[in-house]
Amino acid sequence: MEQINLKKIPIYILSRKYYVPESSTIITAMEYAGFKLKKGVGCREGFCGACATIYRLPGDYKLHGGLGCQTVVQENMQIVQIPYVPNPKAIYDLEQLEPDPQVFLEYYPETFKCLSCNTCTKICPQDIQVMDYVQAVVRGDIEKVSELSFDCLSCGLCAARCPAEITQFNVALLARRIYGKYLSKKGKFVETRIKEIEEGKYEEGYKELANMPLEDLKKKYFERDLNFDIT
Amino acid sequence: MSNKLILSDKNVEFTEKVNEISGEVVTLCEQCGTCSGSCPLVAEMDITPSNMMRLVELGDEEVLDTKTFWVCASCFTCTTRCPRGIDIAKVGEALRQIKLRKAIDRIDIKNIAEEDRKILPQVAIVAAFRKFTG
Amino acid sequence: MKIPYYPGCTLKTKAKNFEISSIAVAKSLGVEFVEIPRWNCCGAVPSLSSDDLIRHFAPIRNFIRVEEMNKAGIVDNEYRMVTLCAMCYNTLKMSNLRMRRNKEDLDKINDVMYLETEHYKQDVEVVHFLEILKNIDANKLKKNIKNPLPDLKVSPYYGCTLLRPKEIGIDDPEDPKIMENLLTNLSVTLVNNPLKTRCCGSYQVVSDKDIITSLGYDILNNAKRAGAEVIVTSCPLCQFNLDRRQKDIIELHHDFEPIPVLYFTQLMAFLFDLGEETYGFEQNYIDPKKVLNRKELVSN
Repeated sequence: MEQINLKKIPIYILSRKYYVPESSTIITAMEYAGFKLKKGVGCREGFCGACATIYRLPGDYKLHGGLGCQTVVQENMQIVQIPYVPNPKAIYDLEQLEPDPQVFLEYYPETFKCLSCNTCTKICPQDIQVMDYVQAVVRGDIEKVSELSFDCLSCGLCAARCPAEITQFNVALLARRIYGKYLSKKGKFVETRIKEIEEGKYEEGYKELANMPLEDLKKKYFERDLNFDIT
Repeated sequence: MSNKLILSDKNVEFTEKVNEISGEVVTLCEQCGTCSGSCPLVAEMDITPSNMMRLVELGDEEVLDTKTFWVCASCFTCTTRCPRGIDIAKVGEALRQIKLRKAIDRIDIKNIAEEDRKILPQVAIVAAFRKFTG
Repeated sequence: MKIPYYPGCTLKTKAKNFEISSIAVAKSLGVEFVEIPRWNCCGAVPSLSSDDLIRHFAPIRNFIRVEEMNKAGIVDNEYRMVTLCAMCYNTLKMSNLRMRRNKEDLDKINDVMYLETEHYKQDVEVVHFLEILKNIDANKLKKNIKNPLPDLKVSPYYGCTLLRPKEIGIDDPEDPKIMENLLTNLSVTLVNNPLKTRCCGSYQVVSDKDIITSLGYDILNNAKRAGAEVIVTSCPLCQFNLDRRQKDIIELHHDFEPIPVLYFTQLMAFLFDLGEETYGFEQNYIDPKKVLNRKELVSN
């Protein structure tokens, strides 16, 4: 086997020094260092938000947040994963809610403790203006919250850092749900598709897929058409 | 018999702590009672604002167990009228802060009635959180 | 005249009527409120501790937005920010004053707010809409009155945060005249409530409603005893406490006759006949239409 000689750089994982290949991501570096990741890793594509990591760089007092699968290691970087942040989840029935700003006060009143310190925005690995959407919650602008928080992966770093102990990402989720259900413009295609499903148009197709050998299914999946029209 | 008041180090320390957080000098208080006479909420308090000032002057930490500074609505009437120029509202805030900084909240968010959550204006909620929670 | 306008959170929902009536009144007088982009909640109450700088972040961010508006040419060399909510006015102005007096504090805050493109340069001035109105010629106000109600007995209620502490108040804290002068220029009958600067209980409504009910009862009764038919105010929290809590007052005192509590701009919009959609009376708990419309008939 061909030996690839990658340059190794030192990083600190949970304060211990490891030499890892440069240009690897935090996740691959951790695996290289021998960590078996059962938690703190997921899709490896930057979509699931399971691999939230905080780190500091030499000579820099700032605490950074990043997704382990998207962030490339740097020399003498100190890292620790924050795979999960305990968070209160409000129980609500979307069907029963009204698109009224008062829902935030009802389900997540602590949001109104926001101090506008912007610590959440500073740590967000998705570069979301978290404070701005929290402020949109405070003033009851559901649409703005949805728009600003759209890229949120619920990794939880904002909630871990917040001095007002707000769970920003859950509040944003509530806003996006309300927005999606009650306020956003509805595309015609959804209606059409639902009707088609109800009329059983896809029954045959589902059956076919369910009975397909795994290899064929994989092939079909990767060859699928991604350019369907959603307007 | 001596009438001299002897304060312990602990007393002095408490007074100084209140001075530090409030940025005021509580010992300027001469107990004239103007604050108590002016306070619109005095009837709801267990001790009057001037009593509160006296206890702080003496460094008596028991003042922290009174209701007075929690009932205060920060209306600044005492501050405006104090002939000694003490910002008494800030002294009240310091006492609240001493409690809140020990993570002892005055209100529990969970206990705000659902009916109230529906009708209360944001300004009331935001203000109450700042005054009653740490 | 274009001026940066700071709404504050309550004016976007529970006190929407305050906002729409104010914008309409301002417009009719040639003043355009330009909402500050990305404004954030001021914190509702000013920080009163020497060492909790974090509570000044919110006001200062808003000041930076005003500076950015000037830089972007959204307003032309206009560093005044106009507020409507008396609590916002107080909180913002107190912070501004603190920063002016403590350059070191501001430096620390600017340092932590490193994601802001600009440091706050302390050139913003917090003003209240009443102060803008004060500088508008009385004849201009009078000319705008299309719906005169000379018999309407109006009692101004200031509450606390417009007046106290002294150093940031818009008028004499013991004997304010700014709302009185405005009402006189609006040619309504002025009624003096001796408790017009008495606190309504403010945020205590969250922890102990009974306090609000008892304070409100005194304040409202004093206004009524002096002959008031409506009360005007400038604070969404006073408005809520004095208006909405009349429900509880009636439960305690069965003979209590309710009295409408309006924002002063709602009354102005009505007097100026700016159209029902600018009054927002449907958000008032005690319906003011009865007393205002009756007057309208009388004066016609």
